[in-house]
Amino acid sequence: MYRAIQTFLVAFCLLVSCLATGLRAQEDIRPLIDALGSTAFPQKIEAVKALAASGDPKVGEILQNLSDGKLYAPKTGGTVYLEGPADGAYLDVLTGAPATEVPENLAKIKLNNGLRGAIGAALSQLTLLSPDRSARLVASQDLLKDANPDNLDLLNSALAGEKDAEVKATMEAARAVILLKTDASAEEKKAAIDMIAARGNRDALTILTAALDNAPDELKPAIEQNISSIKGSLAMWDVAQNIWYGLSLGSVLLLAAIGLAITFGVMGIINMAHGEMVMLGAYTTYVVQQTIAAVAPGMTDFSLAFAVPAAFLFTGLVGVGIERSVIRWLYGRPLETLLATWGISLILQQAIRTIFGPTNRQVDNPSWMSGAFEFGGLAITYNRMWIIVFSLGVFVALLLLLKRSKFGLQMRAVTQNRRMASSMGIRTPWVDALTFGLGSGIAGMAGVALSQIDNVSPNLGQNYIIDSFMVVVFGGVGNLWGTLVGALTLGIANKFLEPYAGAVLGKILILIFIILFIQRRPRGLFALKGRAVEQ
Amino acid sequence: MITQMLFSRHEKKTVWAVFLILLAAALVPLANLLIPEDSPFHVPAYLVPLLGKYLCYALLALALDLVWGYCGILSLGHGAFFALGGYAMGMYLMRQIGDRGVYANPLLPDFMVFLNWNELPWYWYGFNHFAFAALMVLLVPGLLAFVFGWFAFRSRVTGVYLSIITQAMTYALLLAFFRNEMGFGGNNGLTDFKEILGFNVQAGGTRAALFAATAVALALALVLSSAIVRSKYGKVLVGVRDAESRTRFLGYRVENMKLFIFTVSAMMAGVAGALYVPQVGIINPGEFAPANSIEVVIWTAVGGRGTLIGPIIGAILVNFGKSIFTAAFPEFWLFALGALFVATTLFLPKGVVGTVQQFLARRNEQKKADAVEQAYQDKAAAKADSQLATLEPQAAE
Repeated sequence: MYRAIQTFLVAFCLLVSCLATGLRAQEDIRPLIDALGSTAFPQKIEAVKALAASGDPKVGEILQNLSDGKLYAPKTGGTVYLEGPADGAYLDVLTGAPATEVPENLAKIKLNNGLRGAIGAALSQLTLLSPDRSARLVASQDLLKDANPDNLDLLNSALAGEKDAEVKATMEAARAVILLKTDASAEEKKAAIDMIAARGNRDALTILTAALDNAPDELKPAIEQNISSIKGSLAMWDVAQNIWYGLSLGSVLLLAAIGLAITFGVMGIINMAHGEMVMLGAYTTYVVQQTIAAVAPGMTDFSLAFAVPAAFLFTGLVGVGIERSVIRWLYGRPLETLLATWGISLILQQAIRTIFGPTNRQVDNPSWMSGAFEFGGLAITYNRMWIIVFSLGVFVALLLLLKRSKFGLQMRAVTQNRRMASSMGIRTPWVDALTFGLGSGIAGMAGVALSQIDNVSPNLGQNYIIDSFMVVVFGGVGNLWGTLVGALTLGIANKFLEPYAGAVLGKILILIFIILFIQRRPRGLFALKGRAVEQ
Repeated sequence: MITQMLFSRHEKKTVWAVFLILLAAALVPLANLLIPEDSPFHVPAYLVPLLGKYLCYALLALALDLVWGYCGILSLGHGAFFALGGYAMGMYLMRQIGDRGVYANPLLPDFMVFLNWNELPWYWYGFNHFAFAALMVLLVPGLLAFVFGWFAFRSRVTGVYLSIITQAMTYALLLAFFRNEMGFGGNNGLTDFKEILGFNVQAGGTRAALFAATAVALALALVLSSAIVRSKYGKVLVGVRDAESRTRFLGYRVENMKLFIFTVSAMMAGVAGALYVPQVGIINPGEFAPANSIEVVIWTAVGGRGTLIGPIIGAILVNFGKSIFTAAFPEFWLFALGALFVATTLFLPKGVVGTVQQFLARRNEQKKADAVEQAYQDKAAAKADSQLATLEPQAAE
């Protein structure tokens, strides 16, 4: 009973005091609000800062109104009014009640970039105390970047009430950065430096480097030591990040090249239309996504699960069609095959351009493929990660198909000795058509993956065809492992060259390297051993 | 000895083709400049550079045919040699602009001023002299082909692999020339030319002269190619094409033979590019695109590879078709070109000229066979008669 009364009393007192301070504060800030209507921008900025420091709950709304251009003041300065619902009607800024005796010469309060910046900073300060966790996080991150010593008190009060670990860590870092700028004691600064150094990221490095100049002498060794250790770990993470980017590029190359490894490597067909098979796969993804969005909007997140088999089947069928109608007449004449398939690629490109138009088509990422997460110092995007997983999955599936299935056995038999295989009862034309279909189908699946990271346009395939040939030739024709190693090597090498040479020059260097490499090993990294002088 | 080789007996076809090309070199400019516009024989001004462009393509196709048709090297990078020759000429034309550019800098081309460059890069020196530029038109593609071929042929990179790395070569050059830092005008390339050898490039007379020069260059290249393929060396070259290992085992240095023809061909392509640039008025990195080089292959294939006049006819036919198609149904040009690739490889592997030749040869053979048959029958009849004649006295006995 006693406890209940006590609680009630405490609550009542709190309520009353809140109301009282609220009312009092509101009247306190009125002059500050009216200062917003002054004619000079520096004064307006001062007013915004003062409003933010007042801690009044109404301030956020007022500043938002100011930033939206809803506040009016007499041209010569004076009382500020809020725009009303009707033309010519104005409200009181604080109470929201219709204003009486409005002066004649009201004009919208003008903003400039400096003022906008001040409003933004003030709003983020206010949100430090917001009940919404993500708003607090953003605000504390802003504060970390901005690090204005004026906010130290606000930050201290926010820190005291903060429960969330991540927000708290950010706030503490921001506090440490601010402390370094103020004339706090050496011990406090030492603790602040350790706090920043513990974050260990690029921002910490910038902060410490900036702090080095005006730090007291006894702190300089500590800062320098921290800087060098951060640099060391950042360099390591950079290497890891480059390897990750390289793996990601390599997996894309692997996907694009692995189908080619089948048609070129196993059948000896130069399929210049391979890139267009990738492009068809990407467009299949687009069509499947549109269909699912129209038929079953709830399933859009799973449209890729339908797109993969659809793209495989569709491009596979197109591949079988091409093999039966054109390529089968050209076996043993690889250079002619090259020309004919180039012609097919032109036709397919133009067909897609005629049907879907020349512009890019929008293929959406499903929710489980968008966004990113941090792993140590690595920023890993989900779509890249899933593409690596997907390409390795395709690779393993293909390897199993070739080594463990009857079709794979027949395929290898036809590759090694067509006539002998034919004599043993294998229908070689049928195997040829299916093999080509398989290669094309895998290209189609590559298209599904590429639609997630690249523009879906009729030229999509053109961008990959030369790279894919490079991978297959580099890795060694007729060897899937060679393709895997080739793709990953080229991908990683490319990403390591990029920071030093730039993206384009890096690519040129890779091309030159491959041209030279082919001179040394004309049959690639993992050449099939044989005695034939010519093939 | 070289003159003797050049003027030794050529095939009758080649002589006719050279004659026709030289006739065009004389007639088209005359018909453009001298015949009044209302006459049906007048060649309109827009047509002269267009025809000149076709002849440049024909020269490029002829160059490709030398390596592909006669030596079996399918180069997918001949567009690169063409473009390099074009850039060499373009650099000369850029230097000729002088201070008449937009920024009126007497030394630097406009794009360098735009990029805030202060001095001319060393590789632009000398291009203000026509003779130096003309030398570079031959040397730069020739040197690239020599170095590239030196590595490729010595390590016996053949067939499809060679095709793919030549494609990689032109692709690498495409990327390189797109870079502004290269100092070749980046994306926009070289354009806005004013004068060549002191004559306005836009003027009708200059265009007619450029056309004539292109036609004469094509005729000379045809004579040179004919001399090469009809020499002993040319015969061995065909041997390399058809049975490389066997030729090597017979003691010929196959790689040197390939290297020679590849370099000569690249120089011819460079000349074609150099003649092309003043007529179209621009050279940009797009000329390095792998697709362009493959298109050259189809001109050659359509006309007939392994024949000298085939690629010339093919290049003119296909590009004429392209001009008509892209004007009338721009949507369908790629369909038509694609179908042309497929149809040529499937149904006309020897090309137009090759197929006609084959047909004529077959008819000749048929005639010969008929004649032999006739002769045999006559002989048999005569023999029978004589036998009869010998039998008859016996029967009479």
